[in-house]
This record gives sequence, C-alpha cells and structure tokens, in this order.
Amino acid sequence: MLIRYITQIGRYFLMLKEIFNKQTKWSVMKNLIFKEIDDLVIGSLGIVAFISFFVGGVVAIQTALNLTNPLIPKYLIGFATRQSVILEFAPTFISVIMAGKMGSFITSSIGTMRVTEQIDALEVMGVNSLNYLVFPKIIALLLYPFLIGIAMFLGVLGGWMAGVYGGFISSAEFINGTQMDFIPFHIAYAFIKTLIFAMLLATIPSFHGYYMKGGALEVGKASTVSFVWTSVSIILFNYILTQLLLGS
Amino acid sequence: MIEVKNIEKSFNGNKILKGISTVFETGKTNLIIGQSGSGKTVLLKSLLGIHTPESGTISFDGRIYSELNPDEKRELRTEIGMVFQGSALFDSMTVAENVGFPLRMFTKDNNKKIQERVDFVLKRVALTDAHKKLPSEISGGMQKRVAIARAIVNNPKYLFCDEPNSGLDPNTAILIDNLIKEITEEYNITTVINTHDMNSVMEIGEKILFLKDGLKAWEGNKDEIFRTDNEAVVAFVYSSNLFKKVREAYLKE
Repeated sequence: MLIRYITQIGRYFLMLKEIFNKQTKWSVMKNLIFKEIDDLVIGSLGIVAFISFFVGGVVAIQTALNLTNPLIPKYLIGFATRQSVILEFAPTFISVIMAGKMGSFITSSIGTMRVTEQIDALEVMGVNSLNYLVFPKIIALLLYPFLIGIAMFLGVLGGWMAGVYGGFISSAEFINGTQMDFIPFHIAYAFIKTLIFAMLLATIPSFHGYYMKGGALEVGKASTVSFVWTSVSIILFNYILTQLLLGS
Repeated sequence: MIEVKNIEKSFNGNKILKGISTVFETGKTNLIIGQSGSGKTVLLKSLLGIHTPESGTISFDGRIYSELNPDEKRELRTEIGMVFQGSALFDSMTVAENVGFPLRMFTKDNNKKIQERVDFVLKRVALTDAHKKLPSEISGGMQKRVAIARAIVNNPKYLFCDEPNSGLDPNTAILIDNLIKEITEEYNITTVINTHDMNSVMEIGEKILFLKDGLKAWEGNKDEIFRTDNEAVVAFVYSSNLFKKVREAYLKE
C-alpha cells in the first residue's frame, strides 16, 4: 500500500518534469491557453461569486448571533467576517470547491481522451501530450488568484449586506470592523496559498485523468479519486503554508 | 520498410509477444491477423512506440527505434500516420481542424496553405461537405475517412491502421479497404493493418502475418492463404462456411 503511494507520488513528479519538456508551438499553445482560461477561470466565476456572497453573509449572521455579551463591540462582526473570508474561506474553501468543479472537469476530459485513444493519437503524431494537455491549464490557472480576489470582495460584501440589512449592525460599524487591525501581509499570505493551490488544482486532476486505465466507469472513478486527493492536498498544504507564513 | 527482429513483450509476467520477426514492405498493404488475444494490438502498439518491447529491435528504413534519442523518436513519429480502431478524432475540433492538426503542429505553413492541403486530402477520401462538422455529428464510416485523411495529411512514410473496418457495414468496409490500398500505392508508403476482417485479408492482403499465442504462426499473401495447409490458419480464416466455399471454389480454379 505504502509502496503504491510512493510510486504514485514519484510518477506525479516525473509527470511534472515531462510537462515542461518539448514545448508545443506557441501559435497552437496560445489558443489552448485562452480556451483553458475560458473553461476553468471564466467558467467558474458564477459559482464562486454565488457561494462567496452567501457564505460571507452567513459568517456575518453567525458571528452576530453569537456575540451575546453586550461588552463585546459590534464592529467585531465586520472584523470576523473579513478575517474568515480573506484568510480561509476565499483561498482554501473555494479551492476545495474548485477541486470538485474544475478538478472533475479536468480529470474526466483528459480521462475520456485516454479511453478514446486521443492521447495515444497525440503521442503517435510526436506531440508531447502532457505539455499539450496540462501546460495550458497551469498557465490559465495563474489567473486563479483573480478569481479568489473576487471571492474575497464578494464574501465581505455579502457579510456587509447581511449584517446591515438584517439589522445586526450599522454600516459604519461593519466598515470600521473590516478596517480594524488590518495586516497587509494577510492578503499576500492568501494569494501565496492561492497560487500553490492553483498548481495543485491543475496538476493532480490531470495526473488522475492522464494515467487512468479502463473505460467510462473508470473515468467516473478517477474523477472521484482526483477530487479526494486534490482536496486532501489542499488541506495539507494549507496547514503547512499557514505554519510557515504565519506560525513564527 | 519496417523490420521487426525477435521482439518480446510481457504484461505482469504474462508474455504476449514471444519473439516475433518479420518485414513489412514499402508500397504494400501488410496485414496482421489472428484471434483476439494473439498479440496483434500489442505488436502494432510496439511498432508505434506506445509499448516498449523487452527485447528485439524494430527498424524503420534502417533506423532502429530503441537506439534513437527522444528528439529523433519524435521526429520519426512525424513520419507516421495512424488510424485508430475508434478513429480517435479530437472531440472538440471540427473535421477540418482534426485533419489540419498535424500540419499546424509540425509545419510552418500558413492558414491558407493548410486549408488547401486539408481540402485536398478530404477530397481524396471523398468527404467534401463535412469540414465544419464535429466528429459526433458524422457517421462511423465518415469518422474513419476523416481519420485516414488526418493520417495522410502530413505525407507519412508509414501508415498504421488498427481494425479500420470494425463497426462498419460491408459496403463502407470495402470502400475503406480500397482507399487504404490506393493510398498505399499512390504515395508508396509502408502500410500495416491490424484486422479481424477476412474480406480485407482476401481483398488487400499483399502480405499477411498470422499470429497465434504471441508467435508468428504463418506469413504469406492473399493467394497463398487459399493454398496453405497450415492448420491454425485454416481453422481461423475458414471458420465460416462462406469462406470455406470461397476457398474450395478458388482451389478448383
């Protein structure tokens, strides 16, 4: 079992090396990158906006309902919303959700190409199929922090709307809370995490799709396994990066 | 010419190819036949470099594949055209984009020149009105013709076909067979076809390699296959009454 995991991890790193070998012609690659930006980033805007807005609202309401002590100032609702959304919700939990949305899309599309021999066709033609299929996804997901930036903004906006229009806090108090003890490095920390997660989101599902064997049923199984491993990796790297960047 | 010398290939300790040697000649349609599990697909995939044999050599006009560096292997692969069993057309591309794909990847031709070449090969496979259709919008026979057009668009020296007739009606199967044979002669390429279709064997089998349990059991041409008394070949090729009668009629002549 352990040997199998170690073999798989070794194979994953060999795949990473191969992705950057023998580059596809730029005239072809640029079209692939634009297509991936459209599929992966632009195509996720709607769901990210929807989830961020409402979860931000729920965080604000939950915080407000739990601040029962009159000695605790209400602006902490804004403070808690900002901290939760910027530090964890937007970079980490949106990434776990994207492991399901983008990850299963990547695994199933590459897996289907494997099953229908399209990857063999690329290889037989002399194309570096890993570079052709995975490299554009990595480049497209360099725009992933842009998506997370929108999630941060909409999360805090959702918190403000739920707090103010729900009658829990005044607008001035909420804004005061969001500006209180603001540490700019927290934004950098969130975006550093996001970039690492983007790399995991592009490569782990690709790995599971590319090396899958079998037929249509196995494509479904590979998508599930890919979601599990991408989520586990995101949570694990979240812990390591938090310890490294904020722990000292 | 492709020369195969004593190649062996195993999967999980199970030996699939047990030392096969043969020569696939230029300008001829070379057929690999045999029962399911006899090693035909493994042999074809070994010729294509998808599988790496444990021993033996495969040489393409004197270039031994296992001795080439990765760049030389990729270069050699640009000289290969392949028609996959399921056509393996790229789902997200139109027919014209599929056919033009090798040109966009490996040549410096401009769009106009690529378009002209795509039009030419699509016309050659008798597909003139499918340029903008997706593979899912055309029939199985048309998909095979698109796959053949994609395989020959780059003027390959070697053409490989894995079960090109599978899933096709008899008329379309004959059309595809004739098309492959004509293209082989027209462009003087080395064509290797992996098939189960006995019609193909009798129609276009200029060189036939019969595999049984991973071994070369027989080789010859379409005339010799009628006269052979090799038991394994006779049991496989003449398993249907129709082909038995065809053979009897041939031998009477």
